[in-house]
Amino acid sequence: MRGPDFIVHDKADTVGVAVVESIQPNTPVTGWIMESDETITITALDAIPLGHKIALADIRSGDTVLKYGHDIGQAVAGIGQGRHVHVHNLKTRRW
Amino acid sequence: MGRFDFHGYRRENGRVGIRNHVVILPLDDLSNAACEAVANNIKGTLALPHHYGRLQFGEDLELHFRTLIGTGSNPNVAACVVIGIEPGWTQRVVDGIAHTGKPVAGFAIEEHGDITTIASASRTAFEFMQRASEQPRQRCAIQDLFISTKCGESDTTSGLASCPTVGNLIDKLDPLGVTTCFGETSELTGAERVCASRAATPEVAARFMEVFDAYQEVINRHKTSDLSESQPTKGNIAGGLTTIEEKAFGNLQKIGRTTSFIDVLKPAEAPAKGPGLYYMDTSSAAAECVTLQAAAGFVVHLFPTGQGNVIGNPIEPVIKLTANPKTARTMVEHIDLDVSGILRRELTLDQAGDLLIEMVIRTCNGRLTCAEIMGHREFVMTKLYQSA
Repeated sequence: MRGPDFIVHDKADTVGVAVVESIQPNTPVTGWIMESDETITITALDAIPLGHKIALADIRSGDTVLKYGHDIGQAVAGIGQGRHVHVHNLKTRRW
Repeated sequence: MGRFDFHGYRRENGRVGIRNHVVILPLDDLSNAACEAVANNIKGTLALPHHYGRLQFGEDLELHFRTLIGTGSNPNVAACVVIGIEPGWTQRVVDGIAHTGKPVAGFAIEEHGDITTIASASRTAFEFMQRASEQPRQRCAIQDLFISTKCGESDTTSGLASCPTVGNLIDKLDPLGVTTCFGETSELTGAERVCASRAATPEVAARFMEVFDAYQEVINRHKTSDLSESQPTKGNIAGGLTTIEEKAFGNLQKIGRTTSFIDVLKPAEAPAKGPGLYYMDTSSAAAECVTLQAAAGFVVHLFPTGQGNVIGNPIEPVIKLTANPKTARTMVEHIDLDVSGILRRELTLDQAGDLLIEMVIRTCNGRLTCAEIMGHREFVMTKLYQSA
């Protein structure tokens, strides 16, 4: 069995984590949701480095981003499904 | 005979060590040179130079003594020579360590000078070293183990797999009566309520929140934008972690899914409520945290890393695990256990937890960790505020 391209902690999460060393833009990628043991497929629109996050749905600016089923910060720009989520479009609500 | 028995060193006070160090411990920065000279004279002894011990006061001074006395008292230490600039505080450390019943002796430099002090301390260190060399390992049960954990240079693979592997071990060993410890107060920011919900009683949860809130006050008093790229660190960000909240939820995976923490410890405070999981108020800086946990009497450390933190501790072996396949490949001499198979779905979390237990037992039986072989001996005292 080929391993997943990205992994999602919780079914409610709006981001997944790339677990292969390079995801290329405009390619279909397969994700494993650990909590529910489901497999999903979306199209990556950006290059996503190993360990970086990919948006699982369209996220609006100001939306809470969910990972581990919990609030990990606020989107500070609109993020389309399949886009790279990181410091350029997601900020902490603390500090 | 238990499934997880190992061969350790049973000390005078009944506690069990997995290493047999003779430590040459400076009371203060001024005594580092003499300690290093003694360790150079007497082969196999271990000097622990550090930067502090002068003009500290109040809680900061108490922590200094607690850390030094705790370090000398750690069961991985067979015997200890203490050297200080003056006799009063030197004796305070000696008396603290002497409670364990292990051999300990103090030497003060004032009125003697370095050369005479080094000669006297070397003669005592010689006796301690020869005595320690004849101490046999004995069969010990898993509940004799005190295990600490802290992660470093984390990335998203830490939260996905390496921290949950530690959590799996804790969930398996907690029911067997093992004593365990996690810390990293600032690195629970965003996950503090979830952490508090894992306390064994409402009182322990309330004490945890008090400690957490106090640390937030310190951070708020000094903070800069994004905490100067310190939380998350530049390495964390390179590894894909974006916010402190995301880092905190990954960090918290280390305490497993079912285990509750039974008490809140001050930095370097020894657990006193029996077996179970303890939370200790520590910095999230790796060497500071592990030094405090070693001073509290923990004898083996589990250190998940993402991007590849290389830390070790002089007296508490640090077992490193990673789930980042690139780190496992490029930093092989630093990684004791590669659990990246979890990300490829070649390894289950349950299997990874068993592999980590096996690595702990091997380490307790004498297998040197990567950090020990690479000479990583980061001994870093925590300082709470300016000296007088």
